[in-house]
Amino acid sequence: MNSEQGIALEYELKGGDFEIAGEASSKIKRVLQQIGVRSDVIRRIAISSYEAEMNVIIHAWSGVLKARVFPDRTEIIVEDQGPGIADIDLAMQEGYSTAPDHIREMGFGAGMGLPNMVRCSDEFAINSVAGQGTRINIVIRHS
Amino acid sequence: MKLADVQTILNTEVICGREHLDTEVVAVCGADLMSDVLVHSKEKTLLLTGLTNIQIIRTAEVGDLVGIVLVRGKRPGPDVIQMAESKGIPLMVTSLPMFESCGLLYRAGIKGCSELVVAGEL
Repeated sequence: MNSEQGIALEYELKGGDFEIAGEASSKIKRVLQQIGVRSDVIRRIAISSYEAEMNVIIHAWSGVLKARVFPDRTEIIVEDQGPGIADIDLAMQEGYSTAPDHIREMGFGAGMGLPNMVRCSDEFAINSVAGQGTRINIVIRHS
Repeated sequence: MKLADVQTILNTEVICGREHLDTEVVAVCGADLMSDVLVHSKEKTLLLTGLTNIQIIRTAEVGDLVGIVLVRGKRPGPDVIQMAESKGIPLMVTSLPMFESCGLLYRAGIKGCSELVVAGEL
């Protein structure tokens, strides 16, 4: 594996498609297991990827989830076309959520998604434009 | 404690994953909010939940949970069972409510997630 190139994975996401929500993160997890990344590190990558994936399914119209796996780190990039986040500071607060009731009934929309991504990652960046979409960059180091 | 002990204590019906009943359970998390499960659970945690949708299986997979017990006698749909089987996640049902299920397991000596410190874990 070229250390600069890494393994590139890319998955299309569709807003509202709860049947396959989580499948992209599941596939990323399997690749990381196959190449022998430490299980506690895989868990942090899978959780942050899953939270980001669910956010697109819940809030956006469409999006793409990319993972770049390097020997020393994994980068997760999630870009969506959607309503965006009007107030990012507010959205980063634990317990704050704009998810509707039917999402909460599924066990999501507790306002823990973004804080959980921060908690699991070594680097976290979010950019959002209201009415256009959101981009999240996550870096998790393997050691 | 093993999943087989949980089966006895909660008198559960095993829906799938009978071959995994000798798996060790280190801690239990009782919750219906899957994000909370992802925040608070550790590896080798058993999930007790009242939800029966497909996201409980995803959450168990992503969070490396050892299995799921559905409380209050709730039964999952065929799509949920099929996914649990394909992911190798044991799924059981107890007729007991959440509080009593948690209480019985706690009395039997199992720890909660906040009491558990795993080396290298968050």
